[in-house]
This record gives sequence, structure tokens and C-alpha cells, in this order.
Amino acid sequence: MFKSEKSAKLVLEDGSEFFGISFGADVSKAGEVVFNTGMVGYPETLTDPSYRGQILILTYPLIGNYGIPFDKMLDKLLIDFESAEIHVQGLVIADYAMQYNHWNSVKSLGEWLQLHNIPALCDIDTRALTKKIREKGVMLGKIVVNNNDIPFDDPNKRNLAAEVSCKEVIEYSKNNVNNEANEIINTNKKKILLVDCGVKNNIIRNLVARNLHVIRVPLDYDFLKEEFDAVFLTNGPGDPKMCDITIKNVKKALQQDITTFGICLGNQLLALAAGANTYKLKYGHRGQNQPCNLIGSKRCFITSQNHGFAVDDATLPEGWKAWFVNANDGSNEGIIHDSGLFKSVQFHPEAAPGPTDTQFLFDEFCQILQEKRIQPEILQKFDRNRGD
Amino acid sequence: MQKPKKILVIGSGALMIGQAGEFDFSASQCLKSLKEEQIETVLINPNIATIQTSEGMADKIYFLPITPYFVEKIIEKEKPEGILLSFGGQTALNCGLDLDKAGVFARYGVQVLGTPVKSIRDTEDRELFVKKLQEINVKTAKSFAVRNVADALKAAQQIGYPVMVRSGFSLGGRGSGVVYDETEIFETSQKALANVEQILIEEYLGSWKEIEYEVVRDCYDNCITVCNMENFDPMGIHTGESIVVAPSQTLDNNEYHMLREISLKVIRHLGIIGECNIQYALHPESREYRVIEVNARLSRSSALASKATGYPLAFVAAKLALGYSLLEIKNNITKITTACFEPALDYIVVKIPRWDLKKFKDVDKRIGSEMKSVGEVMAIGRCFEETIQKAIRMLNIQAEGLVCNGNEFTEFNDIKDIRNALKHPTDRRIFAIVEAMKQEIPIDEIALLTGIDKFFLYKIMNIIKMEKRLCEDILTPELLMQAKKIGFSDKQIGILLHKEEAEICTYRMQHKIMPFIKQIDTLAAEYPAQTNYLYLTYNANEHDITPSSGTNNNSVLVLGSGAYRIGSSVEFDWCCVSCVKALKKIGKETIMINCNPETVSTDYDECDRLYFEELTLETVMQIHYFEKPYCVIISMGGQIPNNLAIDLYKNNIHILGTSAENIDCAEDRHKFSKLLDRLQIEQPQWIETASITEAKKFAEAVTYPILIRPSYVLSGAAMNVLYNEEYLDIYLREAVALNPKHPVVITKFIEHAKEIEIDAVAQNGEIIIFAISEHIEHAGVHSGDATMVLPCQKIYVETSRKIEDYARKIAKALEITGPFNIQFLAQDNYVKVIECNLRASRSFPFCSKVTNYNFIDIATKVMLREFGMNVEYIGDATKDINYVGVKAAQFSFSRLKKTDPVVGVEMRSTGEAACFGNDIDEALLKSLAATGFSIPQKSILVSISGDKNRFRLINELRRLYENGYLLYATEHTSAFLTANGIANYRLYKIQDKIEPNVLSYIRQQRVDLVISMPEESEGELKTDSFIIRRTAIDFSVPLINNVQLAKAVIDAILRKKQEELLPLALDEYVPKRTIVNN
Repeated sequence: MFKSEKSAKLVLEDGSEFFGISFGADVSKAGEVVFNTGMVGYPETLTDPSYRGQILILTYPLIGNYGIPFDKMLDKLLIDFESAEIHVQGLVIADYAMQYNHWNSVKSLGEWLQLHNIPALCDIDTRALTKKIREKGVMLGKIVVNNNDIPFDDPNKRNLAAEVSCKEVIEYSKNNVNNEANEIINTNKKKILLVDCGVKNNIIRNLVARNLHVIRVPLDYDFLKEEFDAVFLTNGPGDPKMCDITIKNVKKALQQDITTFGICLGNQLLALAAGANTYKLKYGHRGQNQPCNLIGSKRCFITSQNHGFAVDDATLPEGWKAWFVNANDGSNEGIIHDSGLFKSVQFHPEAAPGPTDTQFLFDEFCQILQEKRIQPEILQKFDRNRGD
Repeated sequence: MQKPKKILVIGSGALMIGQAGEFDFSASQCLKSLKEEQIETVLINPNIATIQTSEGMADKIYFLPITPYFVEKIIEKEKPEGILLSFGGQTALNCGLDLDKAGVFARYGVQVLGTPVKSIRDTEDRELFVKKLQEINVKTAKSFAVRNVADALKAAQQIGYPVMVRSGFSLGGRGSGVVYDETEIFETSQKALANVEQILIEEYLGSWKEIEYEVVRDCYDNCITVCNMENFDPMGIHTGESIVVAPSQTLDNNEYHMLREISLKVIRHLGIIGECNIQYALHPESREYRVIEVNARLSRSSALASKATGYPLAFVAAKLALGYSLLEIKNNITKITTACFEPALDYIVVKIPRWDLKKFKDVDKRIGSEMKSVGEVMAIGRCFEETIQKAIRMLNIQAEGLVCNGNEFTEFNDIKDIRNALKHPTDRRIFAIVEAMKQEIPIDEIALLTGIDKFFLYKIMNIIKMEKRLCEDILTPELLMQAKKIGFSDKQIGILLHKEEAEICTYRMQHKIMPFIKQIDTLAAEYPAQTNYLYLTYNANEHDITPSSGTNNNSVLVLGSGAYRIGSSVEFDWCCVSCVKALKKIGKETIMINCNPETVSTDYDECDRLYFEELTLETVMQIHYFEKPYCVIISMGGQIPNNLAIDLYKNNIHILGTSAENIDCAEDRHKFSKLLDRLQIEQPQWIETASITEAKKFAEAVTYPILIRPSYVLSGAAMNVLYNEEYLDIYLREAVALNPKHPVVITKFIEHAKEIEIDAVAQNGEIIIFAISEHIEHAGVHSGDATMVLPCQKIYVETSRKIEDYARKIAKALEITGPFNIQFLAQDNYVKVIECNLRASRSFPFCSKVTNYNFIDIATKVMLREFGMNVEYIGDATKDINYVGVKAAQFSFSRLKKTDPVVGVEMRSTGEAACFGNDIDEALLKSLAATGFSIPQKSILVSISGDKNRFRLINELRRLYENGYLLYATEHTSAFLTANGIANYRLYKIQDKIEPNVLSYIRQQRVDLVISMPEESEGELKTDSFIIRRTAIDFSVPLINNVQLAKAVIDAILRKKQEELLPLALDEYVPKRTIVNN
């Protein structure tokens, strides 16, 4: 291709090697190799904290087409990214766009990765690689640049959520009045205690947009001492069982009948807190086209997903049931308590990237809080089994 | 919802620009889907060349015009419980709306399944549509619906020029266009309002991105978008005229999902059940968008999306119409996951339209908001460069890719000319972009002039850079590999290196640089797939599959027909599909190669393996190398595979059927002529020459008129009949660049001869079955444009005996095994051979369905004789037929502005329809009605040039007059009629500008039919006669432009009334056949 190009390789723990061209940082990194089948949204995906410790394969071959946007902030959050960092250990793709074009972009994907010291490979048969992972399950791997070899590293042995969680309490609220000091003006907003296991910005944006006051706390924070109306358990990386303190805290919250909602890792934490079990999927669900059926209805939603662990439905204790189910493989996609107060979903209603079909769950959450109604209308309308 | 027991499916009729093969695909899938539910199906579709009208698809087939009149007759007779309107394009939809308006469905208790009629109306009526979308705050382009010219002017002023004029209820954007000033809007709106009640004056969104989503909704309100597509060409160029990529490439997550979210909102609000297509304009530098339109039916785009993703939209839409939920339907590819999902692609798809504008003299070559293309190709690859180069080769327009092309694609006068070509797109703009880059016009400027996103331009630049490197550097395996990865063919590389394609191929194979085979599985490898839907790419390092049957000699490779174009259309797809079906029945494994997304042959459940690939020697050889099939069938897909015969043979490929040498003998004019001489079969005198003097001498010797053409002919390209030396001079000087490398072929043109064809199948030189059909028009009208009658009604016994005899002799001499077609001229029992094709011909489906013998099935078995197949001798397939089939050509002149709607030696029709009758009159009137002709009630305008033609029609015109028709005529025709005692109203000539004027009579549709033909020797002058014909087309007045056809039609309308055109199904005509074979 070009004279300046550097070759590099992806090495898997089974010994196989994939040679490609490096277009990211000149650094070797190791992690768990996973694939994502989404066709758009690489800036959002790469900044999703749930990818912590992972080397990501994008199955869509043409990547980098529209560059990377400028780091603009709004309400303490980067507008076009899901966190302030790139969380993947490395990126593996097929066809990198050397030149990008988009009105909202200021740098290329390669430049951005270099800036964040993340290696990236292109010119890889990502389909072959994906099939390997599908067949053998996720495995460890490393991107080796400039023959600078490093050992494999299993990120699941670490508490990844702790690595990506915020270090101090941060509060968010929609600025209702024009306030130059940018202070949060406390109206009578409901307060959401958001346990940050690696939250995506768009979860916060969705809550704030619905006029909720968000108190974002670190993973192991003893949140019960705070004053709030509901608990929100976020997405995040790694094995949920690593988050034992959080699980204990959630258990206490449940005992106090505090309205609780969870997303992704939040779904697993809620399940564990309820006494159910979780397990590791062979190769996870990562993409934007996962169909989720609302159990008991003929309704199915297309969802954005990114998880390697799942809730084992069979272990749900009494009083709990599965709420959504994956229409492709039957795996759990959400749980709900009979009281209607505690519920969570495995998929990402906040999208970013991906389809926005289930954003109504935020509306529903809001309705429960504000109107103290357990069965909001929004979900009732899906419960019918009759067609048009 | 109770599943109906019997459903009527409305097809789309004859292929025309804007409505082509994609609807054979959608209705075929629909029928398959209903069959699986054990629902009885009735199909109306006069398109005899389609797969949907073949045995085993619908339970009952009606070859009748798709008009409210005939559909009502069928409803009355068949009493279906439900009807499906959305699988037959705009034709079916419009017909359904008319029937609903007339209360027919209510009267007979027929339920419209799928999207309700009200929703269809909301999408079709622009005013209602805009209002409906406003209700949910979805933005549409500023627009005003107007019903007269004055309001159009007012609206345009209010929006500000330029504005877009659109007509509702249209297919392929007919009557639409950008207008820049008052004069233009006056003209355009007047023309459009002649066809439709209301038109739309809209905000012009030129250079905005054009994005489409294919959206599906079930009656439980589940919604998915199966695919989105991005037009490479921006707004202003009809999506059917645009290069299209799937999925979108330049949209970020926000844009992609914002438009997706709106799609779901819109489809829910409109209440669509099934499938719809939604088109957006997206501002290139912001998130501003406009919804352009919603098509509440299967469309060209949905066919493309089905092929691009592997998601069978029509199949699923049919199930949803029955009340299923998306969740209840399985993903046909994985068999384990649900159809309620959105495909994830791990490849890129590029579609390019195929135009045939060269066939039309004086046609406006600019492309814009109206469709002019006649077909399309789709390429699949793992990078844009690879995919677009493939797609260009697939077009089969003699372009080798984006670069390395002949003068035809690269010649521009100067830089100004290139800039002009960028700004005012024609069918060749993609090549102008390449030239612009080579002339170092900056990418920014190219982007500005074309409105094309720079992302695509950068990718094109990569190809040009590689071309340069290949020219400058020494070829190494590494360089070759890189070139292959961005889509360079061996031939392209050979051109750059001044080497033969074969040399590059050898070098490449030596270095083991070969493409890999990948599957299309809808889920980007997330789940294991059973899929047999395949493509090749160099951007890979492993195959997804292993060879099909390996060495057990059981697999057969069938080459498809490529892009639809004038002269090669759905009929060859029918042949390919019929062949594959026959092979499967015998237990063969079938492998299909084709690259046309509008076909049924590229439906992955038709064959065991489908390669959506190029029909070039290189690709066919690569697939052959991998699969190692026992043999290859090249005689089903028309001329493209046929042309590969010799090359494949030279590469030691086992070709099934007639040998490559004998195919060559029929294709090579000199060899074939010698053969005819040897067999003592007559042929028109001919000469191949590069000398003007020799040409003139020959013409004088055989006497004018003569037929002249360049020596390489595809469907009569640049053919001409010349009546004197003056024209010969002009032709040789201007039309062809005469040189020893490019000689011309001159043939004596025999006037007033009948043209007769034989379609047959032979085995080892012995004819097994044949059918002889006659043309209504005399020779001089291309066989694809002629009206064909089967069995022959008006030929001498002696003529038919000679034809049979000649065919037997030729079959013997060429040792034909398989399908063939020979065309003859006949005059006073003299029979001459004019053409012979050792492959299936355009008329095979027609002959097969009229006689109820499947010629392709027989041909396939015949070719498989080496496997021990035996076929019974049948002989004349028409001997027990007591009815008549007539096939009429469908023209698309209304789309091709400024061209003279005449028939001649060049083929110009885009499709065909065939109907049955108890006699020729009934069959003829039905088939003409199926191509848009309506039986004149009262007034007929006659404008005939030359007394010769007037005399030929005098008896028929007299009978029209005697039967109470009002005849209008122009000056000379009027005088002629009066002199012969036929009363008529004279209309003034155009330039007289006096009323009653011929032009205003046509424009105001005060005549029901125009009969107008040029004098044969008239040439192609812009005469009054031309303007009369053109105006008839532009203002939708039926036109007859041929003397013999006029005679036949007048005979028919005087003998038959509409009530006598019986609504009989196919099985009520044809005899039952049981063919014994083993």
C-alpha cells in the first residue's frame, strides 16, 4: 500500500497469528479478543467503558470513513463520545479509510487512536477471525507492533468496573436557568443515584434530558447514606461477580424497596443481588441488531448490546422473573421483580451507538418515579397480543 | 386474523423503464411464501417471460392486461378472499387503488391484505402525505400540490427557482424534473398534468445526500429496518439512476440512527403492514433532513436490499400480510434465528444502473430525476474500490473497471468538457470523475461539481494511484496482490503492462494469488449459517466454504444473463431458472453465477450455490477452479455466457451441449455463410468491407435498400437501413469510423418480407422439439420489437416446410445439442436465413408457455444425455394447439425524451407481454392492451407519409370509416382519403398554427389513437410526422407506427369487442402434457 506502513500482528492464545498493517499507536497491547457486528458508531463504541481490557474486532470492514469529531463538552459530558477515554486495548479491522470526510470531524481514526496510545490493525480478514472466535469462544490475544512482544493478559481476573468507575461523586442536572457559574440549580427534581460501573454518557444524557437529577457515584460507594429517589445501575466491563461490594449495597437497597433500574452489567448485578446467578457467554452479544422479545407479548425490539456475561434465568428466586428474552438464542435480556419496583435490561436502551427503539424504558422509569405508578401505560400497550 | 384460503396476486406486467425484473423477484417470492402456507393462489400477469408465471408458482395464471377491467373479471370468476397489491410495482398498486375506488373489492368481499388501501393513498397522494408527516413533526421538502399550470407557476415563485416538479402516482419519476425558470415550469407542468391530476412543485435539494431505508412492520407493531442504502450520486438524480452503496458509508451513528428512528415513526404512523421504502435527503453539512417519499410496496430498492443483505423482504412481507408477527418467522439463512432482526453486513454492496441510451437517436443523455436506465448490476466486496471495479465490469459495456478503458470512456475534448461532464451528469459520469482526477482537478472541486461525498472520491483516487504504480513499478507478487485487493482484473493489469490477460493470470496463479469465497449470512458471522449465497474477494485469507461436490461429477455450473438491457432481459433469467430447476429435478447440484439483483436466478433458494459475481472469463475460471464442477452450461443466459464459449473451451472447460467450435461457426459470419452455402440454404447477399468503393459497388449490384452495421453487433447496435448512395456516404463518413480494423457488414435488405422464427431443441443434430412463430411486422423491425404470433396464422405450407427442413439441416451440420433459434425471411415461398443462435433465445419462454412444453426443461435433459437422460421426440410443439398466443413489445419511449418512437432494425423495446385468445384478434388485442394500448372508441388520427403506405392501409381505413369511426388526418393523408371516398376531418399541420391543429388535438387527447408512420426511405429527419408521434407518446395517446400492425389491429377492433376478450386462465387454453423421460 504505502511505503510508510508498518506491519503488525494479532496473536491469539491458540497460537494463530493474523498479520496486518498498523494504523494506531506504536505500542503492543494484550487483552481479551471480542467482535462487534455494528455497522456504524466506532467513536461511541471505542469510548464505551464496557470494552475495558478487550481487543475489539469490528466485523464491518470499512471503518474510519467519517473520521472523529471534535471534543465538545455539554453539561459536563463530551457530546460525541461515551466517555473521555478509548477503553479498548486495541482495534482490529479490515479496510481503514486513510482519508475521511465528515462535517463534524476533525481528525482521523488513526490519529485519535495514536493520541490515546491504542494500537490498531487493518487489512485483516476480520470475518475469518470472527468465525474463529464464534467457534472457539472469546480468547486472549495481543496486538504486537514492531515485534515488541508482550505476554497475554486476562482482564477478567481484574475488577475492570472499578478501573473505569468515577473516582468521586459528580452531579448532573439540566440547567433550567441561565446560570453563568454553571451551578446546578436544585428544583424539585427526582434524584437518581447512579452507581457508575463504567457508565456510558448517553445513559446520563437520557436521564438528565428527562429532567432528573443524577448523582453519579463510584462503584463501591456506600450510596445508601445519600438522599435519592431511585438507584440506577449502569453498564460496565468484566465479570459482575467481581463487584461484590456493589452487589451487597444493591441487596440493601432492595430490602428498603428503593426503585432500581439496571442496564447491562446493571442487569447482572441486580440479578446477583436478588440471589440469581450469572455465567459467561461463549462469545457474547456485541452489535446493534439483537432482537429482544418482551416476554408474554408478541413485541420484539431491536437493541444495541455489548456484554460477555449473562443472567441465568433458571436461578431467579421467587418474586423475580425474566422480563425480556433474546429472540435469537433465548438468553436473558432483562429481569423484573413482581413489585415492579426493581427491573433491569441486558441491552442498551440508551443506544449510542445503535437503535433507539427501547428509549421508552427511560420514560417508563421516569413515570414510575414521578407518578408512583408501577405499571405505566407505556409498557401496557405492548402487552396486547392482538394485531392491527 | 383468519388466513384466507385463496389469494389473488397482481403482477407488474411487461418490463419497462422504472419497473423491471425486480417485480418478478418480489411476486415469485410472494407466491413461494403463500405456497408454504398452502394457500391457493391466482396470479394475473401478462409478462410471459417471468418466473412467477411458470409452472409450480401460482395455482392459476391469467395472462391478461393488468387493468381494472380484467382484474375485476378475474375477481368475479375466481372469487378470491384476499388480494395482494404490493408485489407488482406501481402498476399493481395503481390498479388496486382504482378497483378500490370503484368499490370492486367491497362488492365481491375481497380483503386487501397487508398495507391497507388508506395507507397506500396517504403515501401516494402528495398532499395527504405531507399532511400525514406533519402530524408527527417529520420534515418533508417544502412543496405545493397543484392541479393546473397557473398554480404551478405561483408555487414555484413562492419557493424560489430552481424548483423540482414531481408527479404523484408515478413510477420511476416520470414527468419529474428540475426547472430553472418560468418557461420551463410552464412546459414541464403542462406535460405532467396531461398524465396525472396533480403535480408537486417542491423545494430543490440538489447536492443533499440521498439515503434510503427499507422498513418492515407487522400487525403487532414490530418494526425493523432491514437495510439502509446511500446514493453515491446526490439528490437530483433518481435513485434508479444513481450508483448506490449498502450500507451507508458516510453517515455517523447519529445520522444513521436518527433517520432509522424517523423511518419507524413514519411507518407506524402510516399504518403499513409489510414492507416499505423511505427516501431521505440529508444535508451534507448538518443533521437537516427531508423525507422525500415513501413507497408502500415492494420496490426496486427492496429487491436490491434483499440481495444486498440476504433478507428475503418480499417473502417476509407476504407472511406479514397473512397476520404473522415478525417473531414467528425464521431467518431463512441461519434457520435458527428470527426474522425479527436487522441484518449486519460484513461486506459492501455497490449497485450501478445499466443504460442503453445509444440505441436511441437524439435521446437526451443527461441523467436526472427521471429514470432512463434499463437494468442494474450489483457487486459485493470487502472494500469500495474492489466492489465498484467489479460492478463496472458487470455492466458489460466493454469497460474493464474504473481505469484501463477504451477511448469511448476516456475521451473528453478538454478540461472544460470534463468539468461540464461532472456538473451535468450523463450515463458516463463515473468515467468523467476518473478523467478529472487524472487531469489533476482537485478533489474538492470534483466534490463541489458533482455533489459526491469526498469519501468516495478518495477511494476512487486509490484506484488511480494504483494504476500509476502498475505503470511505473516492476510487477511483484506484493504489488499484484495489492492491485487485486482494490479490484483490478487480470485484463486491466495486462493492459497497463502491455501483456495478455492470460500471462497475468498465469503469473498470478504461480504466486498463488487467488480470491477467497465468502458467504452472505445476514449476521456478520455471529451465527453459523447454512447459506449458499457467495461472493469472491481478495481481501481475505480463508474460504468460508469447501467445494460443493468435488470429484463425484455431479455439479453443474450455470452462467446467468447479467444486467438487463435492451435485447437481454427477464426471458433469459427464466431460461436460467428453468434450467436450474430441471437440473435439480434430475438430482444435480447446481451452481449459478449472476450479478443482476433484479432476478430470480440470484435468489439463493433457487440453486445449491449462488455466486453473486462477474460473468467474466477470469471470475468464471476462478469459481470453476474452486468448485471443479463436472460441466458448465452457457446456453441459457443469452449472449454474455455465449460469448465466453470459445475462451472457456480454450481453457479446457467442459461445456455442456453444442460444442464451442460449432457455436463459433454460427457466431462467425464468414463461417456460417459458408456453411449455408454448403447446405444450399439461401441467405441475403452480404459483404464485409472496409472500403467505401467496394461498399458502393456492392450496394449497386444488389440494389438499395441495404442493411449496414459495424462488424461487431450486439442486439443491432448502430444498424441502419439505407435507401440510396447519399445516405451510404453519410453513414460511412459519420456513423462509423471505417478502417480495416473496423469494417462494416452490408446486407441486401429485402423489403416486404415476412419474418419467421423457429425455436427448437436438438440432440446430436436431431431436432427433438420445435415451434415456428411469425411476426406481424415485416422484416426490418427487430425481432425483439416485433409482434409475434404462435402458432403461425398466415404462412404458406411450403414456407413452413422449408423452414423446418432448413432448421434440421443446420442442426445436423452444427451437431446441435441443446436450445437454438433461427430467424428467417420469407417471400413468395423463398426462405432465407438471417440469423442463427445456438442458445436459448428471447422467445423460449413464450414458446414454452404457449405450447405447454418447457423447451428449457427438454434442452437441459438433452444436454445431460451423457448422464443417461433420454428425451422423447416431440416434433412440432404446436400441432395440437387450437388457440393463439401473441407476444407484443413494450416500449418505454415516454421516458426517453426527444427520441422518435419508431420501430426499426435496432431493438428499442424494454419488455414484452403475451396473451392468449381463441383467435389472433383476441390474443392481439389483449396483448396490446397489456402493453398500455387501449381500444379506440371513436376518433383515430391518421398521418401517413408516402402514398405507398397509404395504399397499403386504404382498405382498413375505409372499413373504419364505414364502421362509424371518426378519422382525422393531416394534409396529404386527408387529401388521399378524400380522393378515395373516405370522409375525414382534416387537421392543420403543426407549422400552419391554425386550428383545428394536429398538435392540439393530440395534446388535448381528443383522439383515441394515432396511426403514424414515416416513409421507409425517409431516414431520421425531424419531420412533422416525428413531432406527431413524439407528442402522442408525451401525452399518452396510443400510437401505432407500423403498417402491418395497423392492419392487424384495425382488423381486430372491427371484429372484436372488449366483452369478447375472455378472462380465461392458462390451463383453460393449453393441453395437458405428460412428458415421459427417465
